[in-house]
Amino acid sequence: MKCQQCQKRPATVHYTHVINGKKTNIHVCEVCAKDSGYMTYPEEGFSLHDLLTGLFHLDTPKVDYQGHPFQQIEELRCPSCAMTFAEFKRIGKFGCIDCYHTFSNRLDPIFSRVHSGNTRHLGKIPKRKGGHLHLKKQLADYREQLATLIENEAFEKAAIVRDNIKELEQKIRSKEAGDNDEL
Amino acid sequence: MSYDQFMDQAVSPWMLEDGPDHDIVLSSRVRLARNLADYKFPVIAPSEELNHVKQFIEKEYNQASFNESGPLQFISIQDLSTIEKMVLVEKHLISPLLTKKSDTAASLISQDEQISIMINEEDHLRIQLYYPGFQLQDALNKAFEVDDWLEDKVNYAFDEKRGYLTSCPTNVGTGMRASVMMHLPALVITKQLNRMIPAINHLGVVVRGIYGEGSEALGNLFQISNQITLGKSEKNIIEDLQGVVRQLIEHERHARDKLLKELGTGLEDRIFRSLGVLKYSRIMDTKEMATRLSHVRLGVDLELIDLSRHILTELTVLTQPGFLQYHAQKTLTPRERDVLRASVIRKKLIEA
Repeated sequence: MKCQQCQKRPATVHYTHVINGKKTNIHVCEVCAKDSGYMTYPEEGFSLHDLLTGLFHLDTPKVDYQGHPFQQIEELRCPSCAMTFAEFKRIGKFGCIDCYHTFSNRLDPIFSRVHSGNTRHLGKIPKRKGGHLHLKKQLADYREQLATLIENEAFEKAAIVRDNIKELEQKIRSKEAGDNDEL
Repeated sequence: MSYDQFMDQAVSPWMLEDGPDHDIVLSSRVRLARNLADYKFPVIAPSEELNHVKQFIEKEYNQASFNESGPLQFISIQDLSTIEKMVLVEKHLISPLLTKKSDTAASLISQDEQISIMINEEDHLRIQLYYPGFQLQDALNKAFEVDDWLEDKVNYAFDEKRGYLTSCPTNVGTGMRASVMMHLPALVITKQLNRMIPAINHLGVVVRGIYGEGSEALGNLFQISNQITLGKSEKNIIEDLQGVVRQLIEHERHARDKLLKELGTGLEDRIFRSLGVLKYSRIMDTKEMATRLSHVRLGVDLELIDLSRHILTELTVLTQPGFLQYHAQKTLTPRERDVLRASVIRKKLIEA
């Protein structure tokens, strides 16, 4: 199909216009679509980012997990930077770290959609963010090891790992208590 | 202030080495997105706040050296001319987005151009590491070292559950985008790549043409990168990406063998015609140049043409609109650029 406007390039943008119930089908090429404003492009074309940002415009659930409707959800406003949830959805960007806490309840579906079902970080931890996060990560690694060892019936090794876990748990408890003292 | 060297040399020093699988993988890159905990993200922060960040980085890191990469040069984007900005974008040292945030944006670039850190782009800090050839693991290790080194003086925005907090939800968690630039002419000619893309996407890996629009990739160059940043460790993300890249390398090598066997002289003809066009034409646009250079590169890889790959890499950068105008020291019309481009290519290829 050729573009309705220039009659030269192939029509690649197909668009249905509804005005006062009257439907018009439009078939144009990308150049004409852009010129006539049927389609807007960011200046550098489509980036991966734009593609992914598109993903959160899909409908998010209208009720929370306890079945209560999210009423003033679009009114949620970050106390630090004044970003609203509606604004966040529109531009696809957080304004500051407190947005993450403010919108916390509504983020899982968004992260899950963008990151193939994942909502929790697994990976590098800043050095500075208190040693106990590193210990916690190590603890998780040990627990995983323990499960594998038990599965393989390597009980002697499992006992060693179990002792390591106990020791680490103790360390984390005292570290957390210490952190609280500082506050 | 001396950033002239970044403008004068088309080929970054790190590109001069041949990395593993350099006939197919031109370069590897790891990028980490980081924010400072005590400042709003650039999308919303007032200029004064962003200028704080910028000044702090300048004070602490300008001329600081990270290992063997040489001193980091701090460049304030507002000090650059339009053409100079274009040059840094064409060398992939800064992003087009950074150049639009002129008054608060800056960049730290190491002498060997292997490390570039963008300041106040979409996030406060974007750390980028480049390696020649297929070296994602090394790029990751070095990116982590730079990350730790920077962290000595700043407090990163981090959350136990969500990881590194970024302005865009597509980067949260590791904040890492790892990618390789691949030259895949045989997979394009045999139309295999388009069929492979859906399967690759399924593995959380994205394939995009580097230049050109939509599905049309100029010069058969593709960027292969991870899509997800949350819920997988950096190491696992890299391993998955490496798996896909290895497969692509194998398929490309196989397709090249097959092409050579099936087309024989036909393929040789195509390659040498392109060499001829590059050597003798008087007007050359970027699109045709990309296609011709791709053919010639394939010719070098198949040992049909005796030419250094570095010349081809250099030509790709030297002939970009920003570079041409930087060296002409004036603004050129598209036609003037096409004429100058043809002459630059001719000269380089005849010298070689």
